[in-house]
Amino acid sequence: MVRPYLDCNSHALRPYLAAVRSTLTAALTLENFASQVVERHNKPEVEAQSSREVLLNPLVISRNENERVLIEPSVNSVRLSIKIKQADEIERALCAKFMRFMMVRAENFIVLRRKPVPGYDISFLITNSHTETMLKHKIVDFIIQFMEDVDREISEMKLSLNARARVVAETYLTVFG
Amino acid sequence: MAAPEVFTIAQVPLTAHAFNADRSKLITSLNTNEAQIYGRQGNEWKPEVTLSEHDKLITSIDWAPNSNRIVTASQDRNAYVWSQTTGADGNSVWKPTLVLLRINRAATYVRWSPKEDKFAVASGARAIAVCSFDADNDWWVSRLLKKPIRSTVLSVDWHPNNVLLAAGTADMKARVFSAYIKDVDSRPSPSVWGEKLPFNTICGEYASPAGGWVHSVAFSPSGDVLAFASHDSTISIVYPGGPAVITVRNSTLPYVSLTWTSEDALVAAGHDCQPVLFSGSAEGWKAIGSLDDAKSGAPLTPVSTGSSSGGRFASAGVGRLGTNEAFARFRNADTLGKSSATPGSPVSGGDSSGDTELMTVHQNTITSVRPYEISANGNVAKVSTSGVDGKLVIWNVSVPAGTGGLSSRLGGMHLR
Repeated sequence: MVRPYLDCNSHALRPYLAAVRSTLTAALTLENFASQVVERHNKPEVEAQSSREVLLNPLVISRNENERVLIEPSVNSVRLSIKIKQADEIERALCAKFMRFMMVRAENFIVLRRKPVPGYDISFLITNSHTETMLKHKIVDFIIQFMEDVDREISEMKLSLNARARVVAETYLTVFG
Repeated sequence: MAAPEVFTIAQVPLTAHAFNADRSKLITSLNTNEAQIYGRQGNEWKPEVTLSEHDKLITSIDWAPNSNRIVTASQDRNAYVWSQTTGADGNSVWKPTLVLLRINRAATYVRWSPKEDKFAVASGARAIAVCSFDADNDWWVSRLLKKPIRSTVLSVDWHPNNVLLAAGTADMKARVFSAYIKDVDSRPSPSVWGEKLPFNTICGEYASPAGGWVHSVAFSPSGDVLAFASHDSTISIVYPGGPAVITVRNSTLPYVSLTWTSEDALVAAGHDCQPVLFSGSAEGWKAIGSLDDAKSGAPLTPVSTGSSSGGRFASAGVGRLGTNEAFARFRNADTLGKSSATPGSPVSGGDSSGDTELMTVHQNTITSVRPYEISANGNVAKVSTSGVDGKLVIWNVSVPAGTGGLSSRLGGMHLR
């Protein structure tokens, strides 16, 4: 199978990731902000959605109709959701399984959210405590690297799935051959 | 020009910092519910006393220079005034005094008034508590400035006349209030902000230019000019006599703290990890440059040092070219949307840290910038900054002259 994927898309990928990178860098200007609604609480405002003035406008960066990123900034947290490219049934199934695999292990990824935002495949929740304990540009690098890797990972899985199916079919059919 | 003094106090964020009058002691909070007093020993800050009374994160600290009292504000809705007394064993101890704040949300910011007989506590309860001492009961009582604040108050600053108070809030406004308390204050003389100033008079209300939370407000040394920094990456300077508001828009990340150094200059710092000097007058203001020496000439946005890592697929290697530095650099630019280090930027000379370090002294957001040393002519000669990276830095307020110009910067450039 010839895959023209890498060549024709890598040019479009560059401005897409550059846009995500600069938007995320600007959105990650977080501070410690105690809740103004509940006494003695301190929660991510983008999740609580309890005071409108501390939420900023959500932003969608879209590469094409199948791939987009939603960035929802607020005063003390940023939610980033990714819609991953799914060209066919196999990719859709692989993506669902792969994202589920990661989200049940969300605590190992620290910034990963346990459920994606509706309409997206995977969501990250970055709070001010993350930007305090980790280097900000490294968090951005991690997200970009993730976006880069997840496409490749799924195409690789799809290739090995096809190869495996071929081997299985050949082995099965040799019985009748 | 002398290099800035850099002290790594901790590996955790410093939420606030304050010095005593002779700058021999420092109080800071290491992102906890305790405040820590440090004493200066040579080139180091040694922990001396821990003040623990709060039970949630301490958000702001101020040290009154003349009366030697400390006030701390915390997210547990309380503030305490700490004064030094002699304990039973003859040693001096810091004793907390109760403050009746009457707020039911986090206290976010606290500052002593210039005469040190009052202090203002900003809070998430959409109010500012102006506190004065009640000698009968030996506690501090407060009066609340409530209207027309619509959201969390993020910062306050006192006018030199001890009466006016500026506040920056998350409802995208900076306001000037009168915090006149009859029993404490003598009648203030008329100023550009107004003549009759009963409590809670609003002397001015200024919206941030593009609707960003106002992170920091500051009166100029004379008190006739107000500056505020907001989350839309702008610095606004208000001339009430005008009435003119001068806005400086920056292409950098937002500033969260600012302080005036003289009547025509101020230093702002924030998410950019470097303090920037602004200068101007009623005719106009502009950014002069960063106090962070090494970065002069480089863009005012942090860029990580070293060559960018190739990530997972670099280790896999793409044939012969996989090990080629130049190839990896262009591939990263292509696939990760990451531009290479800017020319003229100081590159970390062969260290192993790779691209984990920023080229600024502070490695993370600067949360507080305060005057440190006043020179003979009344201008601020040095400012101190503390940040999320646990560093405390004392800077000279002067921008390194770009005398070397382009050639000296090109000298530091090499292809990696």
